[in-house]
Amino acid sequence: MSKNFRSDVDVVEWTGRQRPYDILKEGAIALLVITILTLTLAIIYGSPDETSITIKKWSNAAPVDFAMTAVSELNGTSTTGSYGPPYNHAATGQTIGPVNLVKAVGVRIPIDTANDFVISPLKALPYQADLHQSLVNWENATASTRAIWVTNYSNAESKMSFANGQIVVPTTTAGPVPLMINSLTSMARSGALDESLISNNSFYTTDFTKTLLFISDGSYLASTADKQHLTGSQWGMMNETGSYPGQAWLWLYSFWYQIPPFNASGNADALVWALMMFLSVLMIFVPFIPGLRSIPRKTRIYRLIWRDHYKS
Amino acid sequence: MSSVEIERQWTTRLRKRVEGKLPPEKVLPDTQPSYVASWIYVFGVATLTSFILVLVTGCVLAIRGPQWWHESSYGHFVNSLHLWSVEIFFFSMVIHLWGKYFMAAWRGGRQLTWMTGGITFLVSIAAGFTGYVSQSNFDSQWISTQAKDGINATGAGAYFNVLNLGQMLMWHIVLLPLVAVLLTTIHVVMVRIKGVVPPFADDTKVA
Repeated sequence: MSKNFRSDVDVVEWTGRQRPYDILKEGAIALLVITILTLTLAIIYGSPDETSITIKKWSNAAPVDFAMTAVSELNGTSTTGSYGPPYNHAATGQTIGPVNLVKAVGVRIPIDTANDFVISPLKALPYQADLHQSLVNWENATASTRAIWVTNYSNAESKMSFANGQIVVPTTTAGPVPLMINSLTSMARSGALDESLISNNSFYTTDFTKTLLFISDGSYLASTADKQHLTGSQWGMMNETGSYPGQAWLWLYSFWYQIPPFNASGNADALVWALMMFLSVLMIFVPFIPGLRSIPRKTRIYRLIWRDHYKS
Repeated sequence: MSSVEIERQWTTRLRKRVEGKLPPEKVLPDTQPSYVASWIYVFGVATLTSFILVLVTGCVLAIRGPQWWHESSYGHFVNSLHLWSVEIFFFSMVIHLWGKYFMAAWRGGRQLTWMTGGITFLVSIAAGFTGYVSQSNFDSQWISTQAKDGINATGAGAYFNVLNLGQMLMWHIVLLPLVAVLLTTIHVVMVRIKGVVPPFADDTKVA
């Protein structure tokens, strides 16, 4: 062995005993065993397929939640309305130290929640004089007047009810907002709003960005997910409905969200992603990183792996 | 055509290079060093075979289109096979990866073998994730609306929109499997070229 031999990098090539090895037989047996195991698990446990939530389903199950979400879309205070890039300029986005990649990339999927989620769908409805007048009033109002209307509407939330297919709001100072939101709620409950948001001027589509953003701005999706133990504090997106393992391999990614400083940081997403990228690079370049590449030799777990070899 | 001219041909040179690096006895070996006898080697083979099952079940799901498994009990069963082959694939791959780490399997000029394996692991995570958000059910709604914030925070969400079902499905069934198959092929070929890493020299009893 030369003086320059590095135990964590070099090897003494094997010149010792060989043993018979039938690679094709081993592969065939492995394929058979894995197939039987997969079949067994699939037969016993199946797979989850919880029906998706539509805006129709949401607005029928929780009309007040839908109405309050719709009004927050109207004045841009919803999660999407105040998101920032890539959807709009309402915020600057998360940073990693001084680096703001979100802002650098900019708005690439432009979404104006008032127009895209409320005004445009209402305009697509067959002509109704009172709705038409409400939309004209809204569009002609100043920003401050609109804000007062929305605030007055929102302040009545605790007294809101749903009766005879209408949101009942005990306020007379919300301008055209009650009629607009009622019209949108009716549209949603009929399923027409789903169609309007999905179709986007095109018959064929596979892009559900707007619908998903609208649904996720309400609390119905999150409360349904909470009942299924899917929320962030319950290890979030690595789970799936039912008692299935889900994406268990994302445990480390989900783990960071559970502990300080990430669980209290407004930059948690950017920080966790930066950390995971760093750890991924470390993993890939382990062979070149002194210290990390020595751990296997120093822990001597390899003696357990090759115990027959060392015994002999 | 002279023999010198033939020797200079790209085809001839490539064939000779391949023959030199990967002779038939390395492609299909009938012996292995005696130290290649441990339960840990099972997980490399299990990863490869479960990956084959993932691809096969995915192809069966693709035949009738993305809605099929929601509407047909047979389709749902194929989806279950796809799901469990994925779970076995990741389970095997994680153990394979940790096993190779504690064997320091990059030694002896095998760094690229390790690196292609590591990148394949990351690509597989992306492939699994795009599968979960392409299911077109409640799980995909929840996972995609949660995951968008993380991806958006990196700036990548502007181009890799997890709420766009069509984009995610294409990544899941075309782009990422293509990369995973390519990387796996390179990884396996490199294992065949370099052979299985020997035990640590400190303890090796050289014959």
